[in-house]
Amino acid sequence: MLRLFTAIPYVWLLILFLVPFAIVTKISLSDYAISIPPYTPTLDLSEGWAGLRGFFAALDVENFVFLTEDDLYWKAYLSSVQIALVSTVLTLGVGFPIAYAMSRAPEAWRPALMMLVILPFWTSFLIRVYAWIGILANEGFLNQFMLWTGLIAEPLQILNTTTAVYIGIVYTYLPFMILPIYASLDRMDPSLLEAAEDLGCSRLTAFWHVTWPLARPGVIAGCFLVFIPTVGEFVIPSLLGGSDTLMIGKVLWEEFFSNRDWPVASAVAIILLLILVIPIVLFQRHETRQRERGG
Amino acid sequence: MRGLSAFNIVSLTLGFAFLYIPMVILVVYSFNESKLVTVWAGFSTKWYGEVVRNEAFLDAAWVTVRVAFFSATVATVLGTMAAYAMMRRGAFVGRTLFSGMIYAPLVMPEVITGLSLLLLFIAIGLDRGVLTIVLAHTTFAMCYVSVVVSSRLVSFDRSLEEAALDLGCTPLQAFTSVTLPIIAPAVIAGWLLAFTLSLDDLVIASFTAGPSATTLPIKIFSSVRLGVSPEINALSTIIIGIVTVGVLVASVLSKRQITRRQREAVDG
Repeated sequence: MLRLFTAIPYVWLLILFLVPFAIVTKISLSDYAISIPPYTPTLDLSEGWAGLRGFFAALDVENFVFLTEDDLYWKAYLSSVQIALVSTVLTLGVGFPIAYAMSRAPEAWRPALMMLVILPFWTSFLIRVYAWIGILANEGFLNQFMLWTGLIAEPLQILNTTTAVYIGIVYTYLPFMILPIYASLDRMDPSLLEAAEDLGCSRLTAFWHVTWPLARPGVIAGCFLVFIPTVGEFVIPSLLGGSDTLMIGKVLWEEFFSNRDWPVASAVAIILLLILVIPIVLFQRHETRQRERGG
Repeated sequence: MRGLSAFNIVSLTLGFAFLYIPMVILVVYSFNESKLVTVWAGFSTKWYGEVVRNEAFLDAAWVTVRVAFFSATVATVLGTMAAYAMMRRGAFVGRTLFSGMIYAPLVMPEVITGLSLLLLFIAIGLDRGVLTIVLAHTTFAMCYVSVVVSSRLVSFDRSLEEAALDLGCTPLQAFTSVTLPIIAPAVIAGWLLAFTLSLDDLVIASFTAGPSATTLPIKIFSSVRLGVSPEINALSTIIIGIVTVGVLVASVLSKRQITRRQREAVDG
């Protein structure tokens, strides 16, 4: 029975997860063509060996060369990684105090607080990003409010800038940061801190030597959970970002849907994947190690 | 227990204000009379009427719910199998690849998953429609299910299964009559997660949907690109309402089950 339980999901993932990557790789080595499907060569097995040889002979790395020659692409990769890094730090800055305060809250409140953090996560991602359009627009609520308080004299352009993208990312990914940090702090015994203070530590050193080492696994997991998907983010830059916000997810989307250049879109995807392989592997190792330690 | 310091209270207040104010504004302004979303012109429910009369929204909503139901169901079966196999089997050929394929989709950028699945469907000549979206959603949702179910299996007492086997159960009987009832809450949670992920997905659905099948997020995205509209606010409020009620009901039910089990444990 265990064999069957392994085999069915295994085969499913092989066909619908691994094989598609082989196809993406293959198309990234193909040439753009005005046909259906819009690339050449297509594999034609009816010609036998000759067909197969001709097929492999026609593949080349032209698209990857093209990616290095056009400024747009490497700038987009660089700025995606940069935006993801900055947003991860910002999300950590916002999320850590919340997770910390939750773990200090009276026991009876904690399930309700957890619920309040999880609830937005279940609500549509798209709707949560959309909500910010009305807030950040030139005639939006934030500008109206700041004009009313006299903080600014005329509306600030926030929507369609990278700032709006940062706000959107921090907002939508916040639960992914709070939950793992809270999970690791929740298990902490508060008497540890009291002991540290009794032994003469200041609050800050007690935090640094007691709380932080306990929170670290959660912080690391949270950072990966925010960073990795943000690099390839599409919805937030396309709704909140402007023309100067370059993100590779958006470039890939436009290459595919607007330019219909499937080979270049595939090459963009392959490079994005190569960039993300390192953090993904590190994240998996971190998770496995935590599981083994935590039991 | 020292109680909350002022700093902690401030972090919680600001944090939850940040999380909830945007949604509150969205909901409040869905009852706005004016077509201009940011100017209040009196209370009205007319935009809800518009949503309910909008055939395109209703069609898309029906497609979305069907896709979510089928993909969540298949994903739950596959994900539970995968979690059980990973937990109960020691080393086997290809184990690393298997666990890699279960974890990778969790963090894979959606644009890559979407693109690669679309290219697969085209390569094998499958027409894009409801079926292709279901296949795509099942694939990434089963990985989430498997993670949720594994976390329950970790704390599962294996001797119960062994007892069933000793008493003459086949492995399948032991699984269905002993293991499955115990891990059922995690399996249900996995199904709910898979269902919501599917309802929510825009990117993968955009790649794998054909002209014959448009899901609600695709519909919302294309109208949101043109700017904020009170109709979308109303639609969003309906969705937020359904999700909130669903999550609250699920959490009350699971809490009741936990208390019942604790009581049984005390009585027994």
